[in-house]
Amino acid sequence: MSDVDKPKKRDINKAKTKVPMREQAPQDRIFNFEEVPLGYDENEATLEALRCIQCKDKPCVRGCPVGIDIPAFLALVGERRFEDALRKIKEKNFLPAICGRVCPQEDQCELVCTLNKPDKGREPGGVGRVERFLGDYAMEHDLTITPVCAAPTGKKVAIIGSGPAGLTAASDLAQKGHDVTVFEALHKPGGVLFYGIPQFRLPKEILVREIDGMKEMGVKFVMNYPVGKAEPLDEIRARFDATFIGTGAGLPWFLGIPGENLNGVYSANEFLTRVNLMGGYKFPERADTPVKKIKRIAVVGAGNTAMDSARTAKRLRPEVVYLVYRRSRLEMPARIEEIHHAEEEGIDFQLLHSPVEIVDDGTGAVGAIRCQEMELGEPDASGRRRPVPIEGKIKEWAVDTVVISIGQGPNPLLTADCPDLKRDPKKGTIVIDPWMRTSYPDTYAAGDIVTGGATVILAMGQGRKAADSIHRFLTTGDPADPEAGQGDVCGNLT
Amino acid sequence: MGNRIVTARELAPKTWLFEIEADHIAKRGKAGQFIILRVNDEGERIPLTIANRDPARGTITIVAQEVGKTTEMLNALDVGDEIHDLAGPLGKPTEIPTGKTVVCVGGGIGNAVVWPQVQALKQAGNKVIAILGARTKELLILEDEIRAIADQVIVTTDDGSYGRKGMVTHALDDLIDSGEKIDEVITIGPVVMMKFVCRTTAPHGIPTQASLNPIMVDGTGMCGACRVTVGGKTRFACVEGPEFDGHQTDFDELITRLSYYKPEERASLDHHHRCKMDEAARALDRQA
Ligand SMILES: Cc1cc2nc3c(=O)[nH]c(=O)nc-3n(C[C@H](O)[C@H](O)[C@H](O)COP(=O)(O)OP(=O)(O)OC[C@H]3O[C@@H](n4cnc5c(N)ncnc54)[C@H](O)[C@@H]3O)c2cc1C
Ligand SMILES: Cc1cc2nc3c(=O)[nH]c(=O)nc-3n(C[C@H](O)[C@H](O)[C@H](O)COP(=O)(O)OP(=O)(O)OC[C@H]3O[C@@H](n4cnc5c(N)ncnc54)[C@H](O)[C@@H]3O)c2cc1C
Ligand code: SF4
Ligand code: SF4
Ligand code: FES
Repeated sequence: MSDVDKPKKRDINKAKTKVPMREQAPQDRIFNFEEVPLGYDENEATLEALRCIQCKDKPCVRGCPVGIDIPAFLALVGERRFEDALRKIKEKNFLPAICGRVCPQEDQCELVCTLNKPDKGREPGGVGRVERFLGDYAMEHDLTITPVCAAPTGKKVAIIGSGPAGLTAASDLAQKGHDVTVFEALHKPGGVLFYGIPQFRLPKEILVREIDGMKEMGVKFVMNYPVGKAEPLDEIRARFDATFIGTGAGLPWFLGIPGENLNGVYSANEFLTRVNLMGGYKFPERADTPVKKIKRIAVVGAGNTAMDSARTAKRLRPEVVYLVYRRSRLEMPARIEEIHHAEEEGIDFQLLHSPVEIVDDGTGAVGAIRCQEMELGEPDASGRRRPVPIEGKIKEWAVDTVVISIGQGPNPLLTADCPDLKRDPKKGTIVIDPWMRTSYPDTYAAGDIVTGGATVILAMGQGRKAADSIHRFLTTGDPADPEAGQGDVCGNLT
Repeated sequence: MGNRIVTARELAPKTWLFEIEADHIAKRGKAGQFIILRVNDEGERIPLTIANRDPARGTITIVAQEVGKTTEMLNALDVGDEIHDLAGPLGKPTEIPTGKTVVCVGGGIGNAVVWPQVQALKQAGNKVIAILGARTKELLILEDEIRAIADQVIVTTDDGSYGRKGMVTHALDDLIDSGEKIDEVITIGPVVMMKFVCRTTAPHGIPTQASLNPIMVDGTGMCGACRVTVGGKTRFACVEGPEFDGHQTDFDELITRLSYYKPEERASLDHHHRCKMDEAARALDRQA
């Protein structure tokens, strides 16, 4: 418990900044895989919730891709009615403990919060932090707000892929009384939440619990089942009344520079999978999948995946971890908190450098990474200033490991099996209509397989929207929602 | 869906054949495809070829040679045990021609992969000649099974203890010299052997497919651990392979990549053996 006094009902907390969250100190946490931010206790959460001024306009709700009624749940927390607050969130988001931790709040709900006035030193309401508190509260108090499932409809739905999109769709459809089966290619459910995002940022126990809850609701999980290989999509479609595809953006991109197949060059996916999914950090005592003893490592990229790779690497106790990025700090796509944590942990940022070659140490393994120094030029199509090479300025760092983390494309495992399923010819993503329906009338798709690499909450929002469409399709034969206009049900779909 | 072992048979020292219940893989698996398994919850994911299938009984056959911790633990399993995780079928099936003469060149454990290929090739009406190599007679596996279907079988052993003495490439050379019209060669075995098989066929312009065995993690195209260079391009063997044009394959890179974890694999096996010894010692203590 913190030493903050118990706030009274309807107090308003006029503090300009968020109630600080306790964290593991950087010098300790780089030696373990435990979670870094420790979360709020009841008083801290209440105090933070009371910073929300309950403004009329509530822009935060529009900032949230799933439209959580943020002021409502914050008000309930302000009254210490935690269980009611949780119910409020669960109306829109069934994984608060996860979203509270991994949402890029600073670009979503908190960005547009009325309180957010950085020039005046005022921080937005700590929406994510309070949301996380509620998710954790539910777990600590064993509050399974397992929604009551509607009477069985007798309709069967197949969910392909168990990432956030698939899990959300599965949960929603089960609640509506449909008979749901989730098929997953890997041996653990959760998609990126399991194999990508590390333990110190999202403890796996949270995910396991949520999935256990879904099993209690009657959702069936079939692991080790790569649809398209284990069974053609057509046969799945024939066995089920409707099919949902949420196979994610699992295909890692490489740079296409010399030396990329040297020993010691990993995709971020491989590096994180070895350490997270396979537990490689416990090798050889408690896990059989090896991870090399790393001395000097360079991670290329600056998104969440790159920060996760760099911070994971740090915990394997190397001498140095470089993060090489071709633009400047301002353009880094990762969550601010991750960048901040990475810096605190001593990750050595080498900005405005673009790798041109990975150098062989003479044995077929990585010896160094050679980079071109860059400067920022005119803004490009994305509005970000484009990096341009500075003639003749080449730098080289001695490293034994390189992790390439420059993004990923749609997972081709399933789509390779059904060439007539309509896809974007350039991006390979599955093409959908405003109701998330693919070119097969009984098949819907959502998440990264539709958007390309995006975020957990977007995948969840889309999964929910697809579930709504599937439900209408199963009950009325038409996925279109007569009450919603253009089908823009879940906000910022991109 | 448990994957129970229904048959376990030692084919050669440290090489075991298992029949495992896996209904959907038995139904859909094709020659050239593989599975990925884990023996326990801390285990590594390892790829093994589907050596045979019995769709009626819903079983698949795998043949595993002990080379490290996982294969050692696998081979210690027995009838009635379950495989912890079994995913598949993975990879692209072998492209099976019709009405051609095809030579399958297998070495060592590779013969387990030759077996389903010979079956598929025969079914499609090809003439199939199998060249099976082994270091020594007792290590030769699946000869009877393959003899039962192939049109012709040539066995070679490095030490001459059985069949003809020498390498599979010698037998292949002789076959080519004999004027046999060969439309295609498929080769599976140690990387060095495949490299030399490809060198043998290249001057004669015989299309040659090599079944590559890089280190894999997920086997679903998600990690890129399995990347190989074919025709100057990077390919993911688990989804685009495992078979590639052998004349275009960079075998030396594959050999280097396969050796990367040698010290760790050694450590893992040593640790496993220490644990086993400790366990045995504890058991003895209990008895005393
Ligand atoms: C390292 C990393 C860190 C990230 N950090 C954040 C973050 O902090 N915040 C945030 O909002 N977003 C983050 N993201 C992005 C976010 O994780 C993704 O946008 C999100 O997981 C997409 O969800 P999804 O359900 O579409 O797909 P995924 O999570 O990719 O799940 C897809 C699942 O489908 C399975 N699958 C694929 N093909 C088949 C098949 N044929 N049959 C059966 N199963 C199949 C896959 O194995 C996988 O389990 C991060 C991504 C990565 C890689
Ligand atoms: C498509 C494919 C099909 C295969 N089919 C068979 C088969 O039918 N029978 C058979 O006995 N073996 C087969 N292999 C090889 C088999 O996967 C390895 O022998 C096994 O992974 C070794 O694991 P280990 O823990 O016992 O040994 P380790 O001590 O981990 O490794 C020993 C050696 O095996 C190789 N290896 C290690 N880990 C992997 C991995 N995850 N994936 C691939 N290779 C690895 C490396 O060369 C390594 O040096 C196949 C490999 C591939 C890629
Ligand atoms: S789900 Fe994400 S965006 Fe929505 S309120 Fe929660 S933290 Fe904000
Ligand atoms: S915008 Fe900020 S202050 Fe307004 S309701 Fe939302 S969280 Fe509260
Ligand atoms: S094994 Fe991971 S992509 Fe092939």
